[in-house]
Amino acid sequence: MIVVIDYRTGNIRSVMNALRRLGCDAELTSDPVRILSADHVILPGVGDCSEAMRNLRESGLSDVIRKISSPVLGICVGMQLMCRRSEEGGTEGLGIFPTDVVRFVPEPGLKIPHMGWNSISNLKSELFNGVDEGSYVYYVHSYYPVMCDCAIATSIHGTEFCGALKWNNFYGCQFHPEKSSSVGTTIIENFLKL
Amino acid sequence: MVAKRIIPCLDVKDGVTVKGVNFEGLKEVGDAVTLGARYASEGADELVYLDISATREGRRTFIGLVEKIAGCIDIPFTVGGGISDVETAARLLDAGADKISINSAAVRTPQLITEIASRYGSQFVVVAIDAKCIDGIWRATTHGGSILTDLELCSWAHEAQERGAGEILFTSMDHDGTFNGYPCEVYARLAERLSIPVIASGGAGSVEDIADVLTKGGADAALAASIFHYGMVSIPVLKRELAKRKINVRI
Repeated sequence: MIVVIDYRTGNIRSVMNALRRLGCDAELTSDPVRILSADHVILPGVGDCSEAMRNLRESGLSDVIRKISSPVLGICVGMQLMCRRSEEGGTEGLGIFPTDVVRFVPEPGLKIPHMGWNSISNLKSELFNGVDEGSYVYYVHSYYPVMCDCAIATSIHGTEFCGALKWNNFYGCQFHPEKSSSVGTTIIENFLKL
Repeated sequence: MVAKRIIPCLDVKDGVTVKGVNFEGLKEVGDAVTLGARYASEGADELVYLDISATREGRRTFIGLVEKIAGCIDIPFTVGGGISDVETAARLLDAGADKISINSAAVRTPQLITEIASRYGSQFVVVAIDAKCIDGIWRATTHGGSILTDLELCSWAHEAQERGAGEILFTSMDHDGTFNGYPCEVYARLAERLSIPVIASGGAGSVEDIADVLTKGGADAALAASIFHYGMVSIPVLKRELAKRKINVRI
């Protein structure tokens, strides 16, 4: 069973739609029992990191997520919540990925938010089986996870940052696989095979 | 580096894709979902759906259509046309739209940009500006080009940015549907003035026109309708040609 964690964050429909396109029957839930017994768990997230974290804590889900032993995929803000902390609203994260989330520093010619298709390199996980180095994925964000040892994909926007992360059974993508055409579909399929 | 985007635009009237010449003389070109899915599979980077229905019935159809699009399409899409309040924007977000584009309503009530952006983020808000050159000054128009305003293009675009717009979609009403190319010098001025992406729209007749607006015009994306709908240039051919000219595109 695939579970998408429901914690009152915006636009989770796109993740549910992507799973449906793959023919998967995913359950949208905030029930800890369902989450802990799932085969695969997806933590989506759009919008403000501090508000998303508050929702997670208030619903008691932050402790639940740390206990998951199945593969977990955090997407965008969902991934940022799994880092140590974020500059956005001075948010304390779940501390699963040993890195921090910081804001892009404005410089001439650098558009913030980083929005659009950018390439991913240094791919090193089964998440990217069948995905070529330099493939394009869709990003929309102003904050990024700082480079660290658990990076499994990197992108460059002014500076190099973690496009994707892995720590034990926890995976995270800063980009949106559900909006990244066939490359994104491959990544989601690979995750569901873990 | 972020790739330059190619965005087919689908004007939708009562669920059917149409495209006019200078916003008049509409021609039907096909089913909105099927056509969008085809463009996505051919390598479109995003899609824009504009609702040009004039009736309440047509608008209701559009929300249903947005849900269908969201279910079928695996790239981001923007919806626009007649959005004049936060509630409508919220309904479209719930239906699965990645971004909304506002035009006349933003001119009438600039606060709308601020409200939608602060609630749903800048990435959700595209401000579309239809402008015309009158005596050497580019002025914004509303209602599909029929009403001329006093707003100067660059100042208005800058105000929209300051209010939280995530992108500016600028259409030259003097070029739209003519296949004569984009006014690149105007785009260059706009891109220079803004820190948010600029989408060029209206006037593409050839690969060269699109290449020009992405380079000389400094645009981040090119939006076009007719050349794709009528098969004058296909997306794969266009992107290969742009790549040959050393323009960074997703292939």
